[in-house]
Amino acid sequence: MLTSFHRKLVIFLFILALLSPLGIVLPEVFKAGDAWGEWGLDTIQEMLGFVPEGMKRLAEFWRAPVPDYNLGGEESPLIVQVLSYILSALIGIGLVGGVIFIVGRLQQNRKLK
Amino acid sequence: MHIPDGYLSPQTYVPLYGVSAFFWAISLRKLRKELSEKEIPYLAMAGAFSFLIQMFNIPIPGGTTGHAVGGAITAILLGPWAAVIAISTVLIIQALVFGDGGITAIGANCFNMAVVIPFVSYWIFRAVAGKNIQEAKVQGGSKRVYIAAFVSGYVGLTAGAILTAVEFGIQPLIASGPDGRPLYAPYPFKIAIPAMAIEHMLLFSIVEGLITAAILRYFIKHEPSIVFKFKLVENNR
Repeated sequence: MLTSFHRKLVIFLFILALLSPLGIVLPEVFKAGDAWGEWGLDTIQEMLGFVPEGMKRLAEFWRAPVPDYNLGGEESPLIVQVLSYILSALIGIGLVGGVIFIVGRLQQNRKLK
Repeated sequence: MHIPDGYLSPQTYVPLYGVSAFFWAISLRKLRKELSEKEIPYLAMAGAFSFLIQMFNIPIPGGTTGHAVGGAITAILLGPWAAVIAISTVLIIQALVFGDGGITAIGANCFNMAVVIPFVSYWIFRAVAGKNIQEAKVQGGSKRVYIAAFVSGYVGLTAGAILTAVEFGIQPLIASGPDGRPLYAPYPFKIAIPAMAIEHMLLFSIVEGLITAAILRYFIKHEPSIVFKFKLVENNR
């Protein structure tokens, strides 16, 4: 079912996955901080001098299995972060591609009935 | 552009869940009725591409970071309704697995990035490319089509960013404590909108535009048969 064009696109996606750590290394090199409006509670505390009540209540109720695409925690060495990032990219391709493929097929099957 | 948990009040995130659910329901129906079997692998790859391209955080030296979304190219190649499915799947997995974007904010983030970006991009592309896009494809693409693709990515991402800023900006107005301090996102419109609009217009939206034009060019050169089918919309007429 995979055509040679499909295969080329898949290879391109894997190359992107291997290059993805540029997305954490370059911001580090250029001393760029968090995306606007995506600060953690510590940063909010520094910026405002307080953490808004509602924010405090809602901010941390979900514990993501791989927070920030990083398996090693915030202070882990760069190499751990880079490898985690690549692994996250591969997990992401698999999950996103897989879920869409399954949803797509399910919807197709419903069409036949 | 991924709003975390705690930045939006329930008065904001609950209705936006409703709006996104409406778009999910329609797009799933369209997926069943109008997408062909052949297009499913492309939809899956478009989602994977969007996930990956969002990992490439682009730094503004000494400042903040941002990224492209890949919403415009997905909408141009597979139609805006298919893009709703692809980008929503990405955002839900980012929130659940990687803590990128809040769980309470899934509705808001999907509306901003998986609905508004694809539809705005798609309309802009149609408007700028004009009526002759099918001929342009046969001729291996035209300058006008690639300019349209760039503008579509540029305007689409910027629209998503400004909408996100509006959602931030209304928080201090609608949700403050008895002491007058904000309960959720603290910055008013006059800070949030310029911050989000300017960083996107100067850098991130340019990247989205370039990616859109480059990938469209690649598809027109190498697999023109799937380009501009606009299936999910065209079949409705």
